[in-house]
Amino acid sequence: MPDQRPSIRIACASGFSGDRTDGAAPVVAELAAGGGGTLIFETLAERTLALAQLSRDADPERGYEPLLDDLVSPVLGDCLAHDISIVSNFGAANPPAAARRIAAIASEQNLPAPRIAIVTGDALNNPEQREMLHAQVGIDVAPEAIVSATAYLGAREIAEALTQGAQVVVAGRVADPALTVGPAMAHFGWSWNDWPRLGRATMAGHMLECGTQVTGGYFAVPGLKDVPDLDRTGFPIVTLDADGGFEIGKPAGTGGRVDCAIAKEQLLYEVHDPAAYLTPDVIADISQARIEQVGVDRVRVAGISGHARPDTLKVNICYRGGWLAEAEISYAGHQAESRARLAGEIVQRRIGAALKLRIDLVGSLSVFGDDAGRMAASHHASEARDIRLRVAAAHEDRHVAERVLREVTALYCCGPAGGGGVRTSIRQRLNMVSTTIDRAAVRCAWHFLDEAHA
Amino acid sequence: MNDVPLYRLAHGRTGDKGNTSNLSVIAWRPDLYELLVEQVTEARVAQWFEARRPSRVTRYLLPRLHAMNIVIEGVLDGGVNDALNLDAHGKALSFWLLDLPIRVPQQWIATLPDIADAHARPAAFTRS
Repeated sequence: MPDQRPSIRIACASGFSGDRTDGAAPVVAELAAGGGGTLIFETLAERTLALAQLSRDADPERGYEPLLDDLVSPVLGDCLAHDISIVSNFGAANPPAAARRIAAIASEQNLPAPRIAIVTGDALNNPEQREMLHAQVGIDVAPEAIVSATAYLGAREIAEALTQGAQVVVAGRVADPALTVGPAMAHFGWSWNDWPRLGRATMAGHMLECGTQVTGGYFAVPGLKDVPDLDRTGFPIVTLDADGGFEIGKPAGTGGRVDCAIAKEQLLYEVHDPAAYLTPDVIADISQARIEQVGVDRVRVAGISGHARPDTLKVNICYRGGWLAEAEISYAGHQAESRARLAGEIVQRRIGAALKLRIDLVGSLSVFGDDAGRMAASHHASEARDIRLRVAAAHEDRHVAERVLREVTALYCCGPAGGGGVRTSIRQRLNMVSTTIDRAAVRCAWHFLDEAHA
Repeated sequence: MNDVPLYRLAHGRTGDKGNTSNLSVIAWRPDLYELLVEQVTEARVAQWFEARRPSRVTRYLLPRLHAMNIVIEGVLDGGVNDALNLDAHGKALSFWLLDLPIRVPQQWIATLPDIADAHARPAAFTRS
């Protein structure tokens, strides 16, 4: 007999650090009208956490999502008033500071002090952990070049905090679907080895975690795949039932669309083997998934299963890499591409073997091309009349990389006719390597902001 | 039989992890799926992306979604660590694949989705 417990509604109002910040109000209004739910914000791409760590290194009270205030301030009062818990990884490299900031926002708005929980243990900073990772990765990265090493935690700490009454849960690195699996586990109390239900909740989280990518964002091709009102796309709301089946919708009156084609693109987004989508809590299996339209802007996803979770946790290690130099100049009018190509050849000859250059002809051939220029070599100059030449190279030594900037700038006088609009930039790369770590070596935990903890 | 670009039979999105891309190919209609299975093969995809020297192409079929997931390893010039491409994530790569020519019975062509205003198509660099 199917489980009869009432379903839970979970909405996502951010799909990455830098996403729109005005998506929360409409989903909160919809959740409030339905008697509550959970609001999640996903703000951590692979490198975001390392950038946050650099920010924390510079200021011990920073290192959390820079747009935290913009995300939380407009909706905190309504969430607390309408039994909507907030769960997010916006703690980034400094969850305690993010929690303190949210407490301060509540105080500034004269709201009752929320119960804020902090998830810890994702940062692998102690010497034994670092040694273990170093032995495992086998790459030549100097310890001092490492900016951050973090494990992807699962949903258990989030679920426990919510069960104990947390109204806001602030995490750093957790697997993106854990933001959804945590509230689902707190709500339904499934067993932690109920792999099929964990698999379904995980994929509900997967559908939510990129925000509007499941409600019409990142889909439109004018004339072929049109989507209405992308300037005010609604963020997604999932309704998850006690067996883990779920429907996806969006707030009334918002832009975008929810349909099978869009949902299928998001279901497969960043998936490799559909029968084995690895997360800390379960290996989800979407090989038999199906999607059907069940209403206007509403689809149902079924057929998902799951298998026993992996023994290890995924770890991302970010470290300082070489210097990336980029410089651009535009050529327009007759023979625009030929002039841009000539300019690229001039730069290449002057720099010679000192740097491996990538040459882009933006407006004719750029992002499709390969770094080695094989595709560009097989393609004749087009008739394009407005081309932007981009020259890029990377080098360990900043001064060597800077030659790209100088040689492209010098094209103003020394290059082909009519070049203009030079822009140059140089920045240090943040490189990343992924590995795994034994669960036993990671000390995941959680505590309330107002509690002392070891 | 005539060739039409893959985007008239399917749509899709690119995802990336490290130096690997995954490209979904989703049939616009269930009846088009078999044609995709026949023609969007691992070997053909590897050849289509040859300039990027992929090390391996694996195709996973999802018949209940009338879709396939194509995983291309070594296609991102080293990925975000090493690539010099403006689009180091390879976000655009699904649009490269969606130009793949697919052989279709003549009588089907009028039934396939197409860009509504074909005259609005910009002249583009396409594979020779």
